[in-house]
Amino acid sequence: MSDMRKTFYVGHTSDGSINERPMSPHLEVYKPYLSMVLSISNRITGAALAGGSTLAVAWLASAAKGPRTFGKVQKVAGSLVGQTVLFGCSSAFFLHFIGGLRHLMWDSCGHRLEKDEINQDSKTAVVATTALTLGLWTIIFGRKLKKKK
Amino acid sequence: MVEFRLPKNSRIGVGKTFYAPADAKNVKRFKIYRWNPDDNHNPVIDTYEIDLDKVGPMVLDALIYIKNEIDPTLAFRRSCREGICGSCAMNIDGHNTLACLKYIKDIKSDVPIFPLPHMPVVKDLIPDLSGPYAQLREIKPWLKSDTPPPPDSERLQSIEERAKLNGLYECILCFCCSTSCPSYWWNGDQYLGPAILLAAFRWVSDSRDEYAGERLDELEDSMRLYACRTIMNCTQTCPKGLNPAKAIAELKRLQFERKL
Repeated sequence: MSDMRKTFYVGHTSDGSINERPMSPHLEVYKPYLSMVLSISNRITGAALAGGSTLAVAWLASAAKGPRTFGKVQKVAGSLVGQTVLFGCSSAFFLHFIGGLRHLMWDSCGHRLEKDEINQDSKTAVVATTALTLGLWTIIFGRKLKKKK
Repeated sequence: MVEFRLPKNSRIGVGKTFYAPADAKNVKRFKIYRWNPDDNHNPVIDTYEIDLDKVGPMVLDALIYIKNEIDPTLAFRRSCREGICGSCAMNIDGHNTLACLKYIKDIKSDVPIFPLPHMPVVKDLIPDLSGPYAQLREIKPWLKSDTPPPPDSERLQSIEERAKLNGLYECILCFCCSTSCPSYWWNGDQYLGPAILLAAFRWVSDSRDEYAGERLDELEDSMRLYACRTIMNCTQTCPKGLNPAKAIAELKRLQFERKL
């Protein structure tokens, strides 16, 4: 079905002839709120993690196939590109996880929906995502350094 | 439908500049969206330099000053100038609000002014609100009851029952919220939008109304109600300080609870 709103774009000039009305600007003029950015980020990270989960499947499948294949996949995962992708996946996971917790509160019991709560929680979500991601990678790098010693 | 770019006829060009007189000391620039159906060209941004010493404190004061003293062709809606009629809703400095409630001094840079976003433009700052009005009629925003009122009095409410309507009845239908919502931008032909859903929740919450079940049936739809993605722009932008996002969450919760 085409968009019914098209009807409202039929206007007219002062002499009565019909013309087309413009659409007022939206995305390009609306100043983003943090809550708005987190909302779209939650959806993007959700889609990205769905893609990222295939990587986890590939990792498991390679382990099932045998030590040679697994070794190859481990090498790719350990490379700079692999580590960058995994870093991205982990930050996306934490962001999406916290977004999911907030949605659980909003959608199941209507909690934390006042304006000041939304703004406060948005900031907390950013701080928590950053802290969890950096924390995880500090542990990972710490272990790597230990092994080298 | 999700379309990030504006249609070709809607992309914005550069317009005229109206300079302030040389002796003006406290000058601020207002950048205002202009489109005239008779001009046969795309919308433009006109720049008006205003001497703030000559105008009142609100953005609406500046708009009225421009219309009276600088450029009488500027078109915008206004009526009460005190935030109760909802006529002067527009996008000021990136957020939807009422021009009569927005202080000029709260805007640090130039003052960009656009019509309410993603709406058909009638002229300049005047959007066509036929769509949201039609959607409002759809939710039947009036008392529906089969029981006649008592013969000797009106339908009474307890203080607690009346209190449930606080935060809902104050809506002035300026549509700042609906037109701030990206989901309403993309799906506004089917999604009812925050303003209408707040009104729907107001009638579902009314102790005198006997059609809450039917009202909820009407809303039980993947687009009409559930196209709300909890983006929260509605609550962030409401110039009356209401909370449409919470009203929608309550509607979703009621839908869920009655199925248990």
